[in-house]
Amino acid sequence: MSLAKITQVKGLALAVPGDDIDTDRIIPARFLRCVTFDGLGEHAFRDERTGPDGVDRPHPMNSDQAKKSSIMVVGFNFGCGSSREHAPQSLWRFGFKAFVGGSFAEIFFGNSTTLGVPCVTLSKDDLAQLSDFVQKNPTIEVTIDVEKLTVTAGDKSWKASIASSAREGLITGKWDPIADLLEGASKVEKTAGALVYVAKN
Amino acid sequence: MAKTLFQKVWDAHAVTQLPNGQTQLFIGTHLIHEVTSPQAFGMLRDLGLPVKYPHRTFATVDHIVPTNEIKEPYSDPIAQEMIEALRKNTKDYGIRFFDTNTGQQGIVHMVGPEQGITQPGTTIACGDSHTATHGAFGAIAFGIGTTQVRDVLATQTLALNPLKVRRIEVNGKLKPGVYAKDVILHIIRALGVNGGIGFAYEYAGSTFDNFSLEERMTVCNMSIEGGARCGYVNPDDKTFEYIKGRPFAPQAADWDASVTRWKSFASDPGCKYDDIKVYQAEDIRPTVTWGITPGQAIFIDEKMPALETLNAADRLTAEDAYKHMKLTPNTPIKGTKIDVAFLGSCTNGRISDLREVAKYLKGHKVKSSVKAIVVPGSMLTSIQAQKEGLDKIFIEAGFEWRGAGCSMCLAMNPDKLVGDQLCASSSNRNFKGRQGSQTGRTILMSPLMVAAAAITGEVTDAREVFQV
Ligand code: SF4
Repeated sequence: MSLAKITQVKGLALAVPGDDIDTDRIIPARFLRCVTFDGLGEHAFRDERTGPDGVDRPHPMNSDQAKKSSIMVVGFNFGCGSSREHAPQSLWRFGFKAFVGGSFAEIFFGNSTTLGVPCVTLSKDDLAQLSDFVQKNPTIEVTIDVEKLTVTAGDKSWKASIASSAREGLITGKWDPIADLLEGASKVEKTAGALVYVAKN
Repeated sequence: MAKTLFQKVWDAHAVTQLPNGQTQLFIGTHLIHEVTSPQAFGMLRDLGLPVKYPHRTFATVDHIVPTNEIKEPYSDPIAQEMIEALRKNTKDYGIRFFDTNTGQQGIVHMVGPEQGITQPGTTIACGDSHTATHGAFGAIAFGIGTTQVRDVLATQTLALNPLKVRRIEVNGKLKPGVYAKDVILHIIRALGVNGGIGFAYEYAGSTFDNFSLEERMTVCNMSIEGGARCGYVNPDDKTFEYIKGRPFAPQAADWDASVTRWKSFASDPGCKYDDIKVYQAEDIRPTVTWGITPGQAIFIDEKMPALETLNAADRLTAEDAYKHMKLTPNTPIKGTKIDVAFLGSCTNGRISDLREVAKYLKGHKVKSSVKAIVVPGSMLTSIQAQKEGLDKIFIEAGFEWRGAGCSMCLAMNPDKLVGDQLCASSSNRNFKGRQGSQTGRTILMSPLMVAAAAITGEVTDAREVFQV
C-alpha cells in the first residue's frame, strides 16, 4: 500500500482556543450511531456551533475562515476523553489536514496520525503567538513542516515537536502501519506461540 | 534487573521494532463493541484481509442497547442496524459474541472480567477509552481507535510506543462513606486531566492491597480521565480468587501453573519508576465534580473555587464550566438541586456498588422531583442483584430498575437528560453534552452519594443522610 509522503501541510489556519476540548464536544455521541464515517464532517463541533434552539452560536467553526482552513490551531490536551476515531474523522472530513496545539490526548494523536493528519506541538508562548497571529492575519498561509519541525506564518517561524515515530511515519508515507504489521507475520506467530493464554483455548 | 509489571508484559508481547521506531506489540485479548468496530470490519473487507486470531477477539453490545426495551427491532432503527452489523461481522469472522440472548451481555469492561477473559500478565485492547479497567487484574489494557481495531483484527498486533510508569501509592484506610470513586477523583484532581499523558499508572499501597477487584476496577477505569491511557494494579491472591472458576479461567489442571506465571508479572521490589506519587487514604473525603472536566472536583464540604485563585488557563476552563453548570464560584456545592440520579456505568455499575447502596437505602424514598434510575452494568450483575433481592430495595425506594448497558453514561440510547437537567451520576465523564442534552449538566460522585442526592433532591453528604 503506497501512501502519500506528508512532509508539509500548507494552508489557512483556524484558531479554536481553549484547553481540554474533549471528543464529546468535537463529535457528540449521537452522531456515533452509524456504521460508516461518511457524513461526519458536517457535525464536527455540532453542539458548540448550534444552540439547543437550532440557531448558530458564535464559534470559530461557524466562520467563513473555517471553510477555507486546513490547519486548526488548538490549546492543550486537545481530543481528550473517548477513543472515538469519529473525532479526527469528522474534522478531517470537514477539511482539516493538520493540528497545531500545546498537547494532544494520546488516543486522538494516534487516531489522527493513522489518518495522515499531523498533530504538532509548540511551546506555550509560541502557541499563544501563533494563535494570535492567525486570528489577526486570517488570509496569511501557515506552513507546518513535518520534516524540519517548524511552523511558519508570514515572516514568523516557531519550532515544533511531534513524536519521532509519527514524524518518521508521515514523512516516509508509512503513517498507516498496517503494511508493516502484516509484514512480520512469522514473528507474530513466534510471539503468540510463547504466550500460554493465547495458545490455549 | 528489577522490572515493573508494565515492562514485563511489554517485553513478553513485543514482536519486533517497526521501521518508524515503534514496537509491534502482540495483543492477546481483543474486545469489541458495536460503536467502534463496524468501520474496522469495513476496512478489513476493503483490504480483503481475514481476522488473524478470531478466538482472541470477544464481542458484546452495550452503548446503543436500550435499557427499558427488550424486544427487537428496537424503536431506534440505527441502533437496530448497529447490533445487526455486529451480529453479521462476528458470524462472518467466527468471533464469540455475548449477544443479548446469551444472558451474558453487558458493558464490555464488565463482560471481560465476569467471563474470566481478563487475566494478569496479558495485553488487552478495545476500541474504547475505558479499557484500562482491565488493568485491575494486572493486565496492560489500552483504549484504541477504529483503525487500530482493524490492525488487531488483521494482525493481532498494534504499533505502539512504550509508556513511562508512574506509581501512585495510596496508603491507609478510607474513612466510612469514602469509596474507590473518591480515590480516583482525588487523584485526578491532584494530577490534572492531562497529568497522565505518556504514562501508565501503577496503583499501589495498602489501600489498593485491601481493595476488592471491583474497587480496583473503579479506579483503573478512570485512568483515562487523568490522561493515562493505561492503569493497573499488581496481581495478588484476591485477583486469582476472583478469576477462579469463571468460564474462560484456566482449567483445574493448569491452575497452579497459571497462578505461578501470573505472580511472576508483578512489579519487582526495587524496580525503577519514572515518577512516584503518594497519598494518604484518611485525607480523602467524598468528592464531587463541579465543572465540565473530571479534574474540576472538590470535597463535598468545600466551596467551589473562586476564579481569582486559578491560573490563567484553568480560569478559562472554569469560566466556561461555571457558565455551563449554572453554578457560582466561591459558594458551596452542597445543596445544589438535582433533577436526575444515575447509578450505573463501567465505573460503578457492579454488584458491590449495588450492594453498598442497597445496604443504606432501606426505609428511604427518592424525592418526588427526582428521576432516579439504576442500571446494572451487565446481565450477570442484574441476575445476581435480583437473586439477592436488591432490585426490590431499589424499586421500593423509588428507583427505576433497568436492563444492562451503558445507559445514561453517554447519549447513544434512549436514556438521556432533557434540557438543562442536572444529574448526580456515578459515571466517569462530566463533559458538556455527555449525557445527551447539549445543556445537560453532570456531577460525578460515588454510588452512595448518588443515592443520597436522589433522596434529598440535592447534592449532599451521604455520610449525613445515611448516618454512615
Ligand atoms: S459505561 Fe460509559 S464509559 Fe463505560 S463503556 Fe459505556 S459509555 Fe463508555
